[in-house]
Parts: sequence; C-alpha cells; structure tokens
Amino acid sequence: MLTPALLFASVWVMIILLAFQIPLLFMGRVARRWALSLRAGIFLSALIFVVNYFTGSIFSAIALTLRFLVLLTAFSLFFMTTSPDDLGLALDRIGAVRWLSRKWLGYPNALSFTFTTAVRLVPTLAVDAQTVVDAQRSRGLELDKGNLFRRIRNYIPILIPLLLIAIRRSLELAEALESRGFPGKEGRTSLFQLKLKASDYAVISVSAVAILLSIWVFLHYKVPVF
Amino acid sequence: MITLEHVSFRYPSGLLALNNIDLNIQGGDFVAIMGENGAGKTTLAKQMNGLLKPSQGRVLVDDQDTKKVSVAQLARKVGLVFQNPDHLLFSETVKDEVAFGLKNFGYQPEVVEKQVERTLEALGLTEYKDTSPFLLSGGERKRVALASILASEPDYLILDEPTIGQDYLQKERLRNFILQLYSQGKAVVMITHDVEFVAESNPKVILLSKGEIVATGSADSVLSKDELVTRVSLVKPQMSRLFGTLSRYGLPRDVVDVHRARMLLEEKLSEAKATVP
Repeated sequence: MLTPALLFASVWVMIILLAFQIPLLFMGRVARRWALSLRAGIFLSALIFVVNYFTGSIFSAIALTLRFLVLLTAFSLFFMTTSPDDLGLALDRIGAVRWLSRKWLGYPNALSFTFTTAVRLVPTLAVDAQTVVDAQRSRGLELDKGNLFRRIRNYIPILIPLLLIAIRRSLELAEALESRGFPGKEGRTSLFQLKLKASDYAVISVSAVAILLSIWVFLHYKVPVF
Repeated sequence: MITLEHVSFRYPSGLLALNNIDLNIQGGDFVAIMGENGAGKTTLAKQMNGLLKPSQGRVLVDDQDTKKVSVAQLARKVGLVFQNPDHLLFSETVKDEVAFGLKNFGYQPEVVEKQVERTLEALGLTEYKDTSPFLLSGGERKRVALASILASEPDYLILDEPTIGQDYLQKERLRNFILQLYSQGKAVVMITHDVEFVAESNPKVILLSKGEIVATGSADSVLSKDELVTRVSLVKPQMSRLFGTLSRYGLPRDVVDVHRARMLLEEKLSEAKATVP
C-alpha cells in the first residue's frame, strides 16, 4: 500500500488503494476506531489540501490529501490489528534487529524490548495526561483562553508534571527490571512462539507482487495526476 | 450547598460508575466517603466541581447547574485536591505553586501574596517557600498540593485520600486543620480508606459500593457494623473490634474512637472498683 501511494501522486491510484483498504478495515473489525483516527486527521488533511491547492493544482491537492488518508489508513490497519506484544515478539525474531541490538546495546533482545515497552507506556501516559488536565482545571486553569501565544503557555502546567511522571516511571521500571535480573541469559525463550501460516505467506507474496508491479509501472509509464 | 439529584454517570467505555446518587453537602459539614476500589468515589468527587457532568440527574453548586458553568468558575467555590501531588506540581518554587490557582482566579498581586503566606503558615510550609516542590518528600508535596487549593479559600473542600503517605503527626495536624475549616462554616468532603482516621475524626460517613450509596450515618453507627464494612472491603477500626468482644460486660458495640472508649472503660472500671471491697 505504502509503495504505490508514495510513488504515484495520482487521484485514481489513491482511490484504488482506498478501495482495497476499506474492506480490510471491516474484515479486521477496526472500522470504528479508524473513523476516530480519521476525525483526528481532519485538520491535517485540510492543511495538506490548502497548501497544495495554492502551490499546485486542485487535482494534485486532492491526490495528496488522499495520499495522506491512504497512509493514515495503512498505519491504522497495521497498528490496530497487530498487538504490540506480537510485534515485539516478531521483532525479536528478526536476525538484523538482534544483531543491531547486540552491537548497540549489548543484548540481543534489548531493542525489541525497548519497542514493546514504549508502545505499552502510551495508554498509561494517556490516563496520566487526563488526570493532570483534570487536576489543573480544578485549580482554575482554562486551556482554551487567550491568544495563540497564551494558549501555548497554558500547556506548561500540563506538560511539566506529565514529563516528570514519565521520567520517574521509566526510572522505576529500570529498577524493577534490574531487580528481576534483566536481561537474563542468552537464548531466552518465549511462551508464545510465532509461526508463519499459509495466510501470512499469501499476504507477503501479494505485497511483494504489488511493490514490484508499482516500481515497474513507475519506471516505464508516466501516471497522470488525474 | 452542593446538591446531587438522582445522579447517574456512565463512562464512555460503558461502565456505570454512579447509580442514582442523592446527596446534600452544606457549610459546616464534614463528610467521609468510603468504599472499595472502583466504587466510584473519585468519580463522585469529580461530579462536584464539574470535571464530569452527570449522564442523568443534575448537580447543583449553590443553585447553579454544573452543566451550565465552567470548571474554572466552579473551582473558586469547590476545591478538589487530587490524590497524587505529582499530577499537579509544576512550578519552580512552592510559593509559585500555591499562587497558581489564585492568579488563575484573577486576584490582585497583593492579595495573592498575602493568601500564599497565610496558607503556607497554616500548613507549616513557610520554611520551604523558595524550595522547588520536586525536592520535597512525598508527604510535603502532598501538603503543597493541599495548600495550592486552600489558598483561594474555597467554600467546599474535597480531599481525595489526604492521609496516604502522611505520618501520624501529620495526620493529627490534618485532622485539626479540617476541624478548624468546618468549624469556620466550610464544608469538607474526604475520600478515604483510612478507617482509623475516620473513626477518630467522627465525620458523617457515606459508604459507596459499586456506584451506589449503601449506608449513611455517623462513624460509630456505620463503621461498627460488620456486614457494611465487609461489603466495601474495609475492616472495622481497632476500637470497634475490641468493643465487639466486650459487649457481654454490658458495654455498647458501636464504639469506634479512643476518646469514647476511654470514657466508657473508666466508668466501668470505677464501678468495678467500688464493688470490690
């Protein structure tokens, strides 16, 4: 999805890609959550549209806005259907990641662990953010008051506690990990073993064909914007 | 007066956190809200200053519907002190931290300075006024958080777990401070699991379980009842456990605090002394 979307700035290509993505959203049962992230992306897509409308043509503006939606949908599809734990396990199985992690951090599974931890801290931090906002509003803070500069300043009482909570939590996590003997010995095994199934091979081959096909088209034809 | 009329609240996730709550809080009241984890205590507190609006029913603060006024306006009247001070401390000095709310409410600089000094004095924090709040201990940070709310002298003070992380001396000071506030005609609402603290302070107790009020009454009538206390995952205060076993000597069962226990025991012992030759 990503390769053709980035190679071609064409309205039709984007529409075809979206047409492929939307049934996948329903198959993955994430259509509702996708709609929510779409709502969050409205402002950015409007910005992309306006900027490209004034720097290019109406068609390139439509194409680039659609490209943004295709990318957003592709990432939503991936992250909403793949649990971070599985992703961490998968990363841990990739030789290159283990090699890089050993070279860089000294342990083969440190890098994939960092990734899993980072992803997992996001929801916790979101809860903290809500509590901090509530606490400061209870002290009379009005976030949407004043001019633009003032509004940005209004976020200082939110960001400082949040940052400190995050730092404190990561230090605590580090201590907890050390006291439990992280990183352990080489050759650590996992309770859940990931295995590629026939459907996984099918997805990989379809993606590979799509990537090669779009590169081939890109090199031999010029696809019009509209 | 804070009035909750048939208040129900459902979180967007679908969880029914409060179910048909009716409650009145007025000046001079001292109320302790107790209940198991997840009973809806903090949700109830957030209803009182408008951070959360009821899904059904309504909340009135001095006859104003919380749905119609901003949190900032309500915050002048209803001070809510959060459980964890780390969620609100951000300033460079304790002094600035305490002044933050006052500045938000638009007080004049002289008034701000005077109020900050008074509040720091009252909570024994004057020596730390130019210290960074992040260098203080957990208990001190909690007091700074309390000071930052108290400085604007709200009519209603809601404390979420004020005794956590405080040593006995500080709890004692907190109790005296609360006593002082409600005898001045302010209302104090305290959310807590600390049965001993409640037993000794003798507030009106509201027991909350699974979003419903299961009992209301004085500390000695509520905290001495096994079935109520077990229902909300608490244990009876020590005095109550002691007097539960002493009832065969003709002593009442509903004793929860040391003061009343001492009076009753002294009376009983002097009677016994009189009968022994």
